Amino acid sequence: MIQSNQWEPEIIAFCCNYCAYAAADLAGSKRMQYPVNVRIIHTPCTGKIEMEHILEAFEKGIDGVLVAGCLEGGCHFLEGNLRARKRTDRIREMLDEIGVGGERLKMVNLSAAEAPTFVARVKEIVETVRALGPNPLREGVKA
Amino acid sequence: MIVATPKPVTEVKNLIARHGKVLFVGCGTCVTVCLAGGEREVGIASYAMRMARKIEGKPLELTQVTIERQCENEFIKDLAEPAAKADAIVSFGCGAGVQAIAERFPNKPVYAGLNTQFLGILEEQAVWTEKCLGCGDCMLAQFGGICPVTRCAKRLLNGPCGGSTEKQCEVDDGRPCAWQLIFTRLKNINQLDHLEAIVPPKDWRPAWHAGARKIVRKEHRV
Repeated sequence: MIQSNQWEPEIIAFCCNYCAYAAADLAGSKRMQYPVNVRIIHTPCTGKIEMEHILEAFEKGIDGVLVAGCLEGGCHFLEGNLRARKRTDRIREMLDEIGVGGERLKMVNLSAAEAPTFVARVKEIVETVRALGPNPLREGVKA
Repeated sequence: MIVATPKPVTEVKNLIARHGKVLFVGCGTCVTVCLAGGEREVGIASYAMRMARKIEGKPLELTQVTIERQCENEFIKDLAEPAAKADAIVSFGCGAGVQAIAERFPNKPVYAGLNTQFLGILEEQAVWTEKCLGCGDCMLAQFGGICPVTRCAKRLLNGPCGGSTEKQCEVDDGRPCAWQLIFTRLKNINQLDHLEAIVPPKDWRPAWHAGARKIVRKEHRV
């Protein structure tokens, strides 16, 4: 459990139904441990994630966002993950300009069979965000 | 269509630094089509602005409204109520839209959220190119429908310059030579004879060089 008096990164992982969500499921089935800081949002494809969804999450104080889509060339809808890549790149620029920090947003590509990769990527973003400290828009929390 | 590009978040943030309640106004016409100032883009700019101001410790009360056309008073009327509640307005319309709103609300600061660029067309997804300068005296008939006034970097009216490589413009190799396009087009439509006529220097009087232009068409006046 996360202690209420100590800051712990809160991260949203937008996971594509056809890869990352299945990989997360597989990680669970295999009893693989990964940080509890991540909340998974099931999406039909990373191409369905609008820029507004990610910006809204940051405005509400989330510390980090992971967008996990299929391997490039392997999108069920052909190029949803490529579009998501362009959008996340743009939002990263905006987050840097705003002062939130672009490193808080990361997009990764993996297949449904890659449970260990999913776990590794989750651990990576948790560590990155932990090093960055809380989202400056989060109220009443200090690192 | 008028093509515009968004101003950087920091620039808009500095423009409205002194205001606490701001109205962001999108435009549903040209700038919506060129993905710069429609409802969607205003929404994204609003997220960015609210976050940037909150980080600075100066939270912003922001309202967003997108009207059909900012360049017509008939549509600007819809802004009366939200504008009354705001300290300032940021217009995400073209330069004409910004000025139309400023005229309509003489006591309210109005800022531009976009950089208006040119009259152009959508070449492919998210690529726009300039096609018309609005010179007030259209010469397209002589040039097979390709405008050398806009598309030739040197505005030459009597054939290409020495830098043309039959394909690219020497000023920007990412741009086709307008005169090569004109030649190919006139050849295709069997009108190469147009090129035999010497085109006299262009009459620039109908263009904007004498200041902002005004058009009155009596037949449509009421």
